[in-house]
Amino acid sequence: MVEQVAHMMVHGEAWTVKELFVLPNEYVYWSIQIVLYPYMTGLVAGAFVLSSLYHVFGVEKLKEIARFALVFSFALLPVAMMPLLLHLQQPFRGIHVMMTPHFTSAISAFGIVFMTYACIVGSEIWFVYRQFIVESINRLEKKERRGIENMLLPIYKVVSLGARDLSPEALKADHKAVKFLAGLGIPVACFLHGYAGFIFGSVKANALWMTPLMPVIFIMSAVVSGIALCILCYAIFMGLRRWALPRGKTHFLPDHWAGATELTPEGLHSMQDYETKMTSKYLLIFMTLAITLELLDIIFRGYTAVRSWDIVREVIYQRDFFKIFVLQYGFGNALPFIMLLLPGLTTRRACVACVLVLFGVLMMRWNVVIGGQAFSLTFDGFMEYHLPIIPYDMETFKEGLGGALLVAVTPFVIFYFINMIFPAFITDDKAH
Amino acid sequence: MKRRDFLKSTAVFVAGASVSLSALELVDPKEVLASRPELRWGFLVDTHKCVGCGMCVKACKLENDIPYDANVTRTWVERYAMMKNGEVIKDSPKGARDGFTSKLVDQGEAGTRLLRDKDIAQAFFVPKLCNHCTLPACVQVCPVGATYKTADGVVLVDRKWCIGCGYCIMGCPYGVRFFHPVVHTADKCTFCYHRISKGGNTACAQACPFGARTIGNLRDPNDPVAKAVLNERVGILRAEYGTKPNVYYIGLNKEVH
Repeated sequence: MVEQVAHMMVHGEAWTVKELFVLPNEYVYWSIQIVLYPYMTGLVAGAFVLSSLYHVFGVEKLKEIARFALVFSFALLPVAMMPLLLHLQQPFRGIHVMMTPHFTSAISAFGIVFMTYACIVGSEIWFVYRQFIVESINRLEKKERRGIENMLLPIYKVVSLGARDLSPEALKADHKAVKFLAGLGIPVACFLHGYAGFIFGSVKANALWMTPLMPVIFIMSAVVSGIALCILCYAIFMGLRRWALPRGKTHFLPDHWAGATELTPEGLHSMQDYETKMTSKYLLIFMTLAITLELLDIIFRGYTAVRSWDIVREVIYQRDFFKIFVLQYGFGNALPFIMLLLPGLTTRRACVACVLVLFGVLMMRWNVVIGGQAFSLTFDGFMEYHLPIIPYDMETFKEGLGGALLVAVTPFVIFYFINMIFPAFITDDKAH
Repeated sequence: MKRRDFLKSTAVFVAGASVSLSALELVDPKEVLASRPELRWGFLVDTHKCVGCGMCVKACKLENDIPYDANVTRTWVERYAMMKNGEVIKDSPKGARDGFTSKLVDQGEAGTRLLRDKDIAQAFFVPKLCNHCTLPACVQVCPVGATYKTADGVVLVDRKWCIGCGYCIMGCPYGVRFFHPVVHTADKCTFCYHRISKGGNTACAQACPFGARTIGNLRDPNDPVAKAVLNERVGILRAEYGTKPNVYYIGLNKEVH
């Protein structure tokens, strides 16, 4: 009996509450995973743009965090795809998007844009770390290897692709390639994410989504969230490294194996302070741009007040007021903005501000994706989304809190392993 | 062979092959064979004749294997009650599968509401189904081409190819699409393509006791539907989305969209 009832349960019914006149087939079809999809791609794109600020524009101040941002962006990359797969009703057919892309659809280009971007990030990392990899091979081959070093040597040999030339000309060519790839990566990263905005902005049936500003708003908030995440994680990982250093927990210090011997807690501390403060300034610039665009969108809707405005206004100013104006704009924008502007910025304050910024951007994605489905196509009814917290079947896990946490945790697991091969915190003046 | 020569001849070969192969794209033999300029399915709903019995919804569910108790449906009937104070009240409980048998209006979480005869200025029913648009938004947004338009104008879903992303459901301005609870792919009205292409009638039109629903060929000047679309004052739903729907309504009110 239970099975039969579950069988009759329509996708979306488990978390949708309808009110007033809603069409029989209308549900919140795009739920938490579709909130996370633009959020994760945004983090990927933002982290990459941050790393490019150093590589392309030569912002020396961002040198240390830039390398971390690049590696972290690589770790985030596979996770950008995860929410989509968890959301699909037929996940095993996901590959069809690559096999038979239907190019009038905004989603169909995802595979191509995503793969292009992955290739750019992958090859940029390769060029950045080539010298390090070759030096590590040379060093490891000579010494007596212990434990993990036995695994690292073959990995490095494969990753080096046999290119072991360390002559000044070769290194110069590496530099050039990095600069070119980082430059190329900026428009591609913006495209990757702007186009996630296009997926929503081009849905003409949805009164809240349809605006040409959507891609631009998405890009700005992406850069904001990416930078905030990099600052936060950089500070946390540096703190972790400071904790690990005197205790000899070398698995948190992969660059230790790489021969970086000059690590001192004081050195780490000053670097952490300097980089977080510098990066915060860039965060402020992009936050201003993002907020301006979002407010422009709301003002424009109110001023033009087309037919859908009646219901959109009720959603924005009444039903979702707390989520939009208190959580997103208040705690997610205004508060961290002030925190970052006040003089005497400490790493701790910057980190708290970054947590708030990340939360604000997540709320923005939520308010766009879920808010866009909060009202019926008839403009006469409302739908409320209730995030499934305790799952009772696969669907409520995938599209519930469990699935969301899975997506949130994965990049850190990936980063832990990638960091062993490409130490993100290595401070080598010769490196790029 | 030198590397330069090899690259040159490769370029020549690829260019030559792509030019000759592009002819296949310009004159797709399948398209030529399948195109039917003499047939374009269209649908006519006469709202004056609809009494809200829900027979069409029942027939559709049974004919097309849409689980009877699942809260999705390929076609549904909406009830409109215009009150004397200007208020417009609408509902469609379970898509009107069981018909409108009482004056209790279903408002979801807001509960039910009993309408009193003396407060009602006018009331009527409007059946809804897929509009099989000439420029369907759902076909445009499908990332894998699993939803497509046939040569005779019917929009269909390939259940073997749909990845279940839900973009078409989001893209449809009419809310006719949903996820099939058993097959787990996007689903919608097919104008009973399996019946009409063999000369039959749609299940809903056949079940309608009052002839409120008719399907016909818009390209045939002698077809009753084509005649009605030509000679009577008909309306379409949500013209502002530019999808050019092919379900025509007689007696459409401004409250209906």
